Amino acid sequence: MADLPPPVQGPTAKEKKYDRQLRLWGATGQIALENSHILLINSGPGVVGLETLKNLVLPGIGNFTIQDSAVVSEDDLGVNFFLEEEHLGGFRAEHTCNLLKELNPDVQGNFITEPVETWLTQPEVLKPYTFILAAAPIRPELLARLSAHADAVLVPLFYIHSVGFYSHFSVHLPPAFPVVDTHPSPETTDDLRLLKPWPELLEYAAAKTANLDAMAADDHGHVPYIALLLHYLEEWKKEHGGQVPTTYKDKTAFRTILSKAARTDNPEGGEENFEEAVAVVLKSLNPPEPSSAVKDIFKAPECILVTQQSASFWVIAHAIGLFYTKYGVLPVPGAVPDMKARSADYIELQNVYKTKARKDLAEVLDSVRFLERNTNRSAPIDEKDVEAFCKNAAHIKLVRGRPLHVVQADSSLTWGDRAKSMAQTLTFPDSLVPIYIAFLAWDKFIATHNANALGGAPKIPGESDADMDTDTEKVTSIAFKIADDLIKEASASPDEDEYAAVKTQIGEFGQELVRAGGAELHNISALSGGIVSQEVIKVITEQYVPVDNTCIFDGVRSKTAVIRV
Amino acid sequence: MADAAASSQPTAGSDTNRARWKYLDRILNRPGPFTDPDEFRPGNYASVDRAKILVIGAGGLGCEILKNLALSGFKDIHVIDMDTIDVSNLNRQFLFRAADVGSYKAETAARFVEKRVKGVKITPYCGKIQDKDESYYMQFAMIVCGLDSIEARRWINATLVGMIDENDPDTLKPLIDGGTEGFKGQARVIFPTMTSCIECQLDMHAPRAAVPLCTLATIPRQPQHCIEWAHIIAWEEERKDITLDTDDPEHITWLYQKALQRAQEFNIPGVTYSMTQGVVKNIIPAIASTNAIVAASCCNEAFKLATNANPFLGFPGTDNYMMYTGDESVYTYTFEHQKKDDCPVCGSGAVARPLEVNPSATLQEFVESLAERPEAQLKKPSIRTGTSSLYIQSLADLEQQTRHNLVRKMDDLVEEGEEMVITDKAFPTQFRYKVIWKK
Repeated sequence: MADLPPPVQGPTAKEKKYDRQLRLWGATGQIALENSHILLINSGPGVVGLETLKNLVLPGIGNFTIQDSAVVSEDDLGVNFFLEEEHLGGFRAEHTCNLLKELNPDVQGNFITEPVETWLTQPEVLKPYTFILAAAPIRPELLARLSAHADAVLVPLFYIHSVGFYSHFSVHLPPAFPVVDTHPSPETTDDLRLLKPWPELLEYAAAKTANLDAMAADDHGHVPYIALLLHYLEEWKKEHGGQVPTTYKDKTAFRTILSKAARTDNPEGGEENFEEAVAVVLKSLNPPEPSSAVKDIFKAPECILVTQQSASFWVIAHAIGLFYTKYGVLPVPGAVPDMKARSADYIELQNVYKTKARKDLAEVLDSVRFLERNTNRSAPIDEKDVEAFCKNAAHIKLVRGRPLHVVQADSSLTWGDRAKSMAQTLTFPDSLVPIYIAFLAWDKFIATHNANALGGAPKIPGESDADMDTDTEKVTSIAFKIADDLIKEASASPDEDEYAAVKTQIGEFGQELVRAGGAELHNISALSGGIVSQEVIKVITEQYVPVDNTCIFDGVRSKTAVIRV
Repeated sequence: MADAAASSQPTAGSDTNRARWKYLDRILNRPGPFTDPDEFRPGNYASVDRAKILVIGAGGLGCEILKNLALSGFKDIHVIDMDTIDVSNLNRQFLFRAADVGSYKAETAARFVEKRVKGVKITPYCGKIQDKDESYYMQFAMIVCGLDSIEARRWINATLVGMIDENDPDTLKPLIDGGTEGFKGQARVIFPTMTSCIECQLDMHAPRAAVPLCTLATIPRQPQHCIEWAHIIAWEEERKDITLDTDDPEHITWLYQKALQRAQEFNIPGVTYSMTQGVVKNIIPAIASTNAIVAASCCNEAFKLATNANPFLGFPGTDNYMMYTGDESVYTYTFEHQKKDDCPVCGSGAVARPLEVNPSATLQEFVESLAERPEAQLKKPSIRTGTSSLYIQSLADLEQQTRHNLVRKMDDLVEEGEEMVITDKAFPTQFRYKVIWKK
């Protein structure tokens, strides 16, 4: 054929290699990964951090650095996949770094073997890194230093435990971590504005349903269901004083009208377009009200007061907030689901929505430019970013990052504004909060016990068979104290039997942790490394919705829970 | 240097060659608060050492599973996979390098893990699971599946159910199955005939509804419709003599250009090369992290099952299914999927599964619908009733003899409440359904 377009180049080598992930986070997500430099501060058996890195090296992060002063010993070989016999006696950081680098020649790997205690005291030592992962056990003063750094320069910090059959990680994100590209599930994204149609949409519906009753069978069966719904809504309004069906009862009645309007005297015995209309009545005939999470964003102080330094997210959010105040709805996203229709009718409908979306975008963009001038911002915000925001306005997310718990040797934990909800969640049946409390107790034990009189490495509960019982008792009693303090801080008064049951659980979880004696099980660390790496990807690409802010995995019952501490 | 110091201490009950298993042995030597004292014997290393375990699939999940089992102390692992390595595997199948492209996955993965984890023996088989018979599957203590095909899962499931001899407990082979798509996945444990099986759970993994042929042929609306048209109709019309190879860039380019041209005719935006490839090859997004989660969950269950170090999923009457979702925060739902009495594979046989049938549909339409229906998913069904053969495709002779039925209406061929027995070459079993007229 003469008019075929010129032959395509086909995908590049990189696009081929990364095809299966580019379908998830696209070229922009990939660039964000390639610009990252992840630091792992490794410790203990050291598996969970490396399994995390493995899942980040494969999809092509730019750089990673492993800080680990441990020397490879025989027991590493039974749990760590990135070490071999010939590495015995060498630095674990060096050899794990080299074997990880083999996974992807496009990734740069580095290692640091200086002990973390001295390394971290050097000035600006954390400057190169865009992301920090810290594996437990770690001394509280060092974790506190990392946390202070994360706070000061807004670098994400993850703190990870993997002990026996349990794991946990906490995420310290910047105080405002907005996500525009949340990839909502397709079932939640239809926003057809059937109860707030604009003139062009109504005109379209009227044109497509003119003489509906007299239409030939094939025409009748191809009227797009959106036109059908709008047509029958107009009919309904005539009978109901201009009101649309709002109650469940009214909607059911409206649905019956639609069902009866379908023709059944054709060979198929029904009409697909009418079936589609009937199916969406309950879901789509709702006022297009933004979620409270989105409205909260409009009320955020950063949104209300836009300055020269504001992140572009807040400038656009402010502009969309103005749009919402003016019209009571968000900009039309512009997408139309597939439906039974003739090609031309469908494309025409698609264009009605697209045109409206472009019009709404233009208005938002005007506000953005006005704000930019008013606040003397230098670089204009890319129109593409405004467009993306308008398209997904109903699904944007704002995560309020906050510092994670650092368990100090000499002071008690406080829960602040989260005390009440934590105390409540603690006593839910099947709650995993008791596991989190057992981990906090485990950290407290580490903070208060040394391996020997010289200090240095901490003593791990359950390391030796001889100390099993005393260590269990210590961890358990620390955990009880943490739980009691939480209840007290929350001024909660749990049912006595319920609370006794919670204490039994805390005791069992503590016992299971001590049983491991600090051992990582490869499966649990691989699984936890998988979850952590998913989260790292979500945070770096600023796509999907990250964990806010603590995740617990129970490998005995195969369950996870996410809590906000 | 805590590690070096600790490793010099002897571990209770182990000889020197268990030094590398120090961490694992903490769990194997010590009972925990949730271990069943009747089942768990401290220091029973043989429970994993001697267990022969089969891994089906050496792809995204399989690579992880082999690594995990080797580092859980399993020493005798077999692996089956018929595929060779493709460059698009390298973003997650971490046992393979660019130089391995074109080699067999099972062979390459087995050699890599054997080299890395000393003392483990991995026996690869580069071929189809259907090449092997019951006597082969009988040798294993359990089977871990990391497959991307529902059909292969159903085949091994039906095979394991068929192997059960109620008088011989050794014929019961627990099946641990994992699957992923993007940031989501699931892990499940099946005790054939005792707990809900793959077939009982079939409707949880419904295939995507196919676009009707008339939409593709006459009224396309989406870029995907144009691609499917190029794939199903245009190729057949213009390049019939060439077998379509979806891995051949020239073929994909041809389809892409055809689809693009058709899209332009209908003013449909959005056809791209990458989308063409995705639609034609039915590509499911896949990443290393999700595979890591699901594979490790499967292996955690395998380890607990072998050692009784803690309770496992799948014990009759307890949770047997973990669903994982990672795209919006992290969410898991772990539950007991109930065994279905009318399951065509593991059901008692006393009840046939009800199947809604449109009485005015032709047999041809009914046959085609079986491929898509979530509870059936049979692509080449042969259908019999108690009295006659409605349509048999398994043998050319019989196909000819029964073909005339295809144009007849269903209510002409069967009665409401009548039982149909459906077979499909892809499965070593028969499916029994009871006809219910669609209202």
